[in-house]
Amino acid sequence: MEPASRLDNNHKLTLKDFPYVVRWRDDRCTRCGKCTAVCPMLSIEPSVVVKRSVHSDGPIPNPKSARQTVTVIKQSTDIDRYCTGCATCSLVCPNEAIEPEFNPQHKLAFHKNRGGHPYRRGGRRNDPLVSTLDRLKFTRISMLTDPALDAGRHEFRIRTYLGRILPPEELPIKLVNGNLKLDKKSDTFMPPVREIYPIMIGSMSIGALSPNMWEGLAMGITYLNEVEGMPVVMCSGEGGMPARLLRSRFLKYFIPQIASGYFGWDEIVRALPHMIEDPCAIEIKYGQGAKPGDGGLLMAHKVLKLISEIRGVPMGVDLPSPPTHQTKYSIEEAVAKMIQSMSMAWGFRVPVYPKISATQTSKAVLNNLVRNPFAAALSLDGEDGGTGAAYDVSMNSMGHPIASNLRDCYLDLVKQGKQNEIPLIASGGVGKKGNLAANAASLFMLGASAVSIGKYIMQAAAECLGDEQNRCNVCNIGRCPRGITTQDPKLYRRLDPDKVAERVVEVFKSVDIELKKILAPMGRSTELPIGMSDGLSADDPAIAERLKINYAC
Amino acid sequence: MCRLAALTSAKYFSPIENVIALETMKEGHDGSGMGLILKDLGGDFKDLKSYPILSGICSKDGISALDSYMDKLGFRLKHEWSPKIKPVKGINKRDHYFARAYDYPDEYKGRSLEERESLLLNTRVALRKMGEADESIIVFAFYPDIIALKEVGDPMQLSEFFGLDNSSLKAKIIFAQGRQNTNYAINLYACHPFFIQGYGTMTNGENTAFIPIKEFLQGRGMPGYIGYNSDSEVFAHILHYSCKHLGYPLTYYKDIITPLKSEEIDTRKDSEVARLLKMSLRPLCIDGPNCVIGFTPDGTTFMVQDAKKLRPGIVGGNKGKFGLMSEECGLDSAVPKRDKSLDVFPMKYDMVIIEPDAKGVKVWNQLQGWTTIIS
Repeated sequence: MEPASRLDNNHKLTLKDFPYVVRWRDDRCTRCGKCTAVCPMLSIEPSVVVKRSVHSDGPIPNPKSARQTVTVIKQSTDIDRYCTGCATCSLVCPNEAIEPEFNPQHKLAFHKNRGGHPYRRGGRRNDPLVSTLDRLKFTRISMLTDPALDAGRHEFRIRTYLGRILPPEELPIKLVNGNLKLDKKSDTFMPPVREIYPIMIGSMSIGALSPNMWEGLAMGITYLNEVEGMPVVMCSGEGGMPARLLRSRFLKYFIPQIASGYFGWDEIVRALPHMIEDPCAIEIKYGQGAKPGDGGLLMAHKVLKLISEIRGVPMGVDLPSPPTHQTKYSIEEAVAKMIQSMSMAWGFRVPVYPKISATQTSKAVLNNLVRNPFAAALSLDGEDGGTGAAYDVSMNSMGHPIASNLRDCYLDLVKQGKQNEIPLIASGGVGKKGNLAANAASLFMLGASAVSIGKYIMQAAAECLGDEQNRCNVCNIGRCPRGITTQDPKLYRRLDPDKVAERVVEVFKSVDIELKKILAPMGRSTELPIGMSDGLSADDPAIAERLKINYAC
Repeated sequence: MCRLAALTSAKYFSPIENVIALETMKEGHDGSGMGLILKDLGGDFKDLKSYPILSGICSKDGISALDSYMDKLGFRLKHEWSPKIKPVKGINKRDHYFARAYDYPDEYKGRSLEERESLLLNTRVALRKMGEADESIIVFAFYPDIIALKEVGDPMQLSEFFGLDNSSLKAKIIFAQGRQNTNYAINLYACHPFFIQGYGTMTNGENTAFIPIKEFLQGRGMPGYIGYNSDSEVFAHILHYSCKHLGYPLTYYKDIITPLKSEEIDTRKDSEVARLLKMSLRPLCIDGPNCVIGFTPDGTTFMVQDAKKLRPGIVGGNKGKFGLMSEECGLDSAVPKRDKSLDVFPMKYDMVIIEPDAKGVKVWNQLQGWTTIIS
């Protein structure tokens, strides 16, 4: 008699339980094997099945059955090899014989927790709904009494400041013979300020990204700065930067990030005496929008030789950063010690600012920073932010949307008359649906001095395959089918850094035109419309009331 | 778009000259109101220059509330001017129009100018708040040597209504605005020119950056930065904030409202200061279409344009009398005999400044510095 385990299919899943079901067409398939070779999840494999076919030869029907062994493409029902829907199989198939199809009734969340490990994924929230930012419209359009500017002909200046700005009352200025002069004998501390493009590339580390992707982004922003005259800057993310870059003149376009893991900071500190340029700024990461209250995690699969060298860690081990900076007990202490010591390291010439997850406590953090003369800005990362690896529950359910969080913080500054002193950088879902310029402009009008983008630039510059329907989302396990977030040379060689750089430049040049097309009818050309909330309307009265803007329907 | 007619002269003249200039520019205003501000007063007020003048409109109830409030503070009435109202069809007469010169309360006699100015401003704000709900008290200015007169109606009809042609009102600097009302409700407090502590401005534009500027000014904690019934009122307050509160020379007003680009700032001798001001005063940058005409306490008048020069504006005249107008025909009416080749149409970087007593016109260029035009 057969043992029970051989007959028991109860503990297996059917394809209907999976988020993607691979549609394979026998009649079109030439069995070339490309699809199974590229599948990053090993969800599909060549297999053989026995077929019984009935056929008849000759003029008179005379059916005969025959058993035939045929090769097929079979989808695994192993939960660890689930199809992520990346559709790389479709990309390589010469005959359009295969494609994953989304299964809205899937039960992945019920089953993807084997071994007591909750579902962890990279990428984005699985939230296909329209975000608040996409529900805002620009409704104060100049026309007659207030003629619209011409986006194509007038001169526009889309720039912002990164760094703490002294209020006019505190500037060390004196009147000498009817002219204003800088009072050089004054002991007023002049915080460093940078003029940058108001859309920054947010923190994505070398390690999270593949070398080709990171290099492409870096080349793109260098081209934008040096050829196009657009001062776009980019944050390094946690984990340090290549020593060669730290000692190069390109460092001024980068914002090295120090996070709670302190990865790579030995190298940065060691490179300090050899730096020929100051970095644009230093970002201290206390939290990220996709997993507030959680630390960073670079999974062991991605810690290969290059990463281990940059970060100063052994190869092939998980690199978790704790949720807090272990040497600090409070934001007050962090503000006092960390911001100040980072400022001091660069002779107080470099703006230093923290990045936090947008939460109910954002205002408390902000108020603390406002009183610190060395705090250069506050970066608020909303719940729609992406991540290299987060628990599903964190991505989907933790954190605060960026729109109301930013607005609360800005209005808090307005109440204190300090809205121009400490710039707010907003991120988390900017350009989630592709409307980068509109989302960014909305955030400026709600009070942001700058916005950070991460997912958008990956999707646009490297043609990321992921979406908000659980598609792909394997940034964490080193199997990114595009080669964006992997350290496997077989995969990242798929990505041409020159093409990424080219796309980065195209994205910024085009978003610049779109921003002009928004700002011109709003009548803004020389300064960003920061806090110009009368220009915005929401299509939902509750959103309008919450953000203290107009309601339009 | 409103029409503006400002005149500055070495001799006293009547506001009717401004009104006639406005009349020539008539197609530009819809007769929904006129505002007049007179500075450096002649006539009855010539010898009362040190006494603050309260300009406003009151209802019957309002005037008694105002009287008792002023009495309580210790202000004593020195002189009162009221227009001889001639009823004109279409203009709704209010109970009291007045310009009253007061003597300071006794305890302020030996006080500094600063303290006196603060008292006048706080009194004006308090009176405004007292009568705001029912419009029983409307106060436009409370300051020495300044009279403001505003009402709803066509400028020419209003001058007949107020009897300006036969009035004793005269001054050396007079600003007049013929109003084009773009607000739904006609609010007298939204009528230019605006005035605060010796500084006045009027403009013929719309301010797209009104909200950020308003929020910035309100955050300064100054008692006079209130109201904002017009999106242009902030221009007067920016002028006051930069010149009086921060103590900057007048030319920096231009740098504040239309800051240069970073590369342009590098060419300036005072580039360090200009860069700091651009950053610290970033919310005060105006992008909207505006030609701003203003005056400062010493009797300097000026005209500036937004960085796109989207509004008309002309300055011209002869030594001793200059006009700052929104239209050339207005200037032709007010100062017909002048060398028109010397007329100035200020552009993107220019600030036209007329010295007190109309001694001469100079142009401050943000990149080039001073250029003397007429002296």
